[in-house]
Amino acid sequence: MATATVESSVTKSRVQPQSAQRQLSDRAIMNLFIWPTLLLLIAFNFFPLFYSLYLSFTNYRATATTAPVWLGIENYANILTSPDLWQAFTTSGKYVLFSVALQTIIGFALAMLVRGKFRGSGLITTLILIPMMLSPVVVGLFWKLMYNPNFGYFNYLIGMGQEGSLDMIASRMFNQPVPNLALAAVILVDVWMWSPFVMLLVLSGLNAIPDYLYEAAAIDRASSWFQFWHITLPQVKPLLLIAVLFRTIEALKSFDLVMGMTGGGPGNQTELVAVYLYRVAFLGQFRSGYASALAYIILIIVIAISNLYIRNLNRAKGA
Amino acid sequence: MATIQLKQVEKKFGDAYAVKPLDMTIADGEFIVLLGPSGCGKTTTLRMISGLETVTGGQILLNDKNVTWLHPSARDIAFVFQFYALYPHINVHDNIAFPLQAQGEKKELIDERIKQVVELLRIQHLLNKRPGGLSGGDKQRVALARALVRRPAAFLMDEPLGALDADLRETMRAEIRQLQLRLNATTVYVTHDQIEAMAMGDRIVVMNTAVVQQVGTPTEVYYNPANLFVAKFIGSPGMNLVQGQFADGVVQLPGENRYPLPDGWKNAMTRGENVVVGFRPESAHVNPEGKLHGEVYATDMHGSYNMLHVNMAGDNVVHLRADRATRYPIGANIRFDIDPPMARFFNPQNEMALRRQ
Repeated sequence: MATATVESSVTKSRVQPQSAQRQLSDRAIMNLFIWPTLLLLIAFNFFPLFYSLYLSFTNYRATATTAPVWLGIENYANILTSPDLWQAFTTSGKYVLFSVALQTIIGFALAMLVRGKFRGSGLITTLILIPMMLSPVVVGLFWKLMYNPNFGYFNYLIGMGQEGSLDMIASRMFNQPVPNLALAAVILVDVWMWSPFVMLLVLSGLNAIPDYLYEAAAIDRASSWFQFWHITLPQVKPLLLIAVLFRTIEALKSFDLVMGMTGGGPGNQTELVAVYLYRVAFLGQFRSGYASALAYIILIIVIAISNLYIRNLNRAKGA
Repeated sequence: MATIQLKQVEKKFGDAYAVKPLDMTIADGEFIVLLGPSGCGKTTTLRMISGLETVTGGQILLNDKNVTWLHPSARDIAFVFQFYALYPHINVHDNIAFPLQAQGEKKELIDERIKQVVELLRIQHLLNKRPGGLSGGDKQRVALARALVRRPAAFLMDEPLGALDADLRETMRAEIRQLQLRLNATTVYVTHDQIEAMAMGDRIVVMNTAVVQQVGTPTEVYYNPANLFVAKFIGSPGMNLVQGQFADGVVQLPGENRYPLPDGWKNAMTRGENVVVGFRPESAHVNPEGKLHGEVYATDMHGSYNMLHVNMAGDNVVHLRADRATRYPIGANIRFDIDPPMARFFNPQNEMALRRQ
């Protein structure tokens, strides 16, 4: 650093007499790089963030022509006492729990399977990763077709081929409503799509485990099962926790996949918090103030959960 | 403890031999050192005994039981790795407990065994630490504790002191040897350090280029090397080797040096034959009436003695041990003698030692 500064000032003093006008000072160049970015950030990130915080305390509607009126904490009070919100949180909770748990288990299992190098392992790994690279809305729409009770092949594959026996999206079996069937359908697709992500992180963790640990364990007469629990799992744990953290945050915010498949239906059976928020903010009433307050509540919950994970992660790492 | 027997054990990678067929019998409680330069096949041999490496031919017997194709976990041997191979995510106590837990031993037994072994190695204060925070010597003590705690039939050690600094290496050398004697543990120890091998081994197996060169006690390999490689490799510096020609009871050496053969050697060679004369630095003595002569090329002071580098002619430099008090100016001509019983002779063609007849 010190030498660099000295050199640049030397160059400057030598060059300046001839072409003082054309030279930009280091500081000017710095500002030229920083300010456009900062302005963009302020316009599209900081301003909406703080403006929506303000709006969350008002009765503002994006479609109304009247100025927002200050309501204090009324929006927050209404939301936290509204059964709709708790319903949405319950649905989201189930969704997060099952989809993250299944992704973790399946992702781990896939990673263990493709860990060893064998003929075509690279190709198989790439194929497994494809769902992750698709757009969630497209995935949602495709799976909607696959789940179709009349011509979708999902029913055929699970042996429920006869027409009208199972309708996952409508949450009905043999024309009887079955609760949570539509939610299970969405969870299944999310697991299909994101297990590869867990696999990818776990795989990099597995590859980082040195062979000598397994050699030492073989000498120490540890069974494969014992090796898995006492070497593989603890060694992969930090990366596994990161995968789970990412997936939990993503699942809590999950929106596009559900919109593509069910739009929150039938009824509100698959209405996750983000879908509920969307309905409040943009469908029908345009209650922007209320929706802003809701968005802040979701944000706080996501941050709280992430912090729990990160603390756990640091404990696993610092160990 | 146990006996280990290798019968025509070999390891091939493709067409290349990592270890050419070798036979070896290791007695109960014996400390065997596999010694050789890197790439000579000593570690491969050790790993084949452990089962971490499969053999491509031959048989390995442990206590007369054929274990050639058994998994390492079925052989009842402990292995101490060069870079310790401690489990980084668990503390020292759990590292030592690992082999016992893996066998599903009861907690009381585990606690009892750990107590004994940490007392033996004096590492009680490390039990709650993680391996990452330990010094090299402590890591190696923990690795030894992990090997000792299960009371295996035999110990295999792969350059366990290779990663330690010189001082610590000497301390640990004594510690390991003392432990081995106390436990009467059959041990196979791999090293490239001939001083370590001389200091520790009951017997030394000298290997080079995948072939066993000589098996013998430290004294045997030092004083009666089987071939030129062993003569050069053992000792620091190694044996002085000067090529000459035999005729009429005298070996003609470079620089007009004539070395009359000591008793018993005259029948070992034929007239006109090329021979290599070998002698250790400490078996040569500076002597104004000495039969050999040369020019002092350099002197190194080693504290208790001077090491003289003497150029006999051309580039034939030999090392002599001389007393520390006398000064030998560089360029001076000196005369010296070889202790007659300590002279050795080799055939330069097949590089084998000649036998006294």
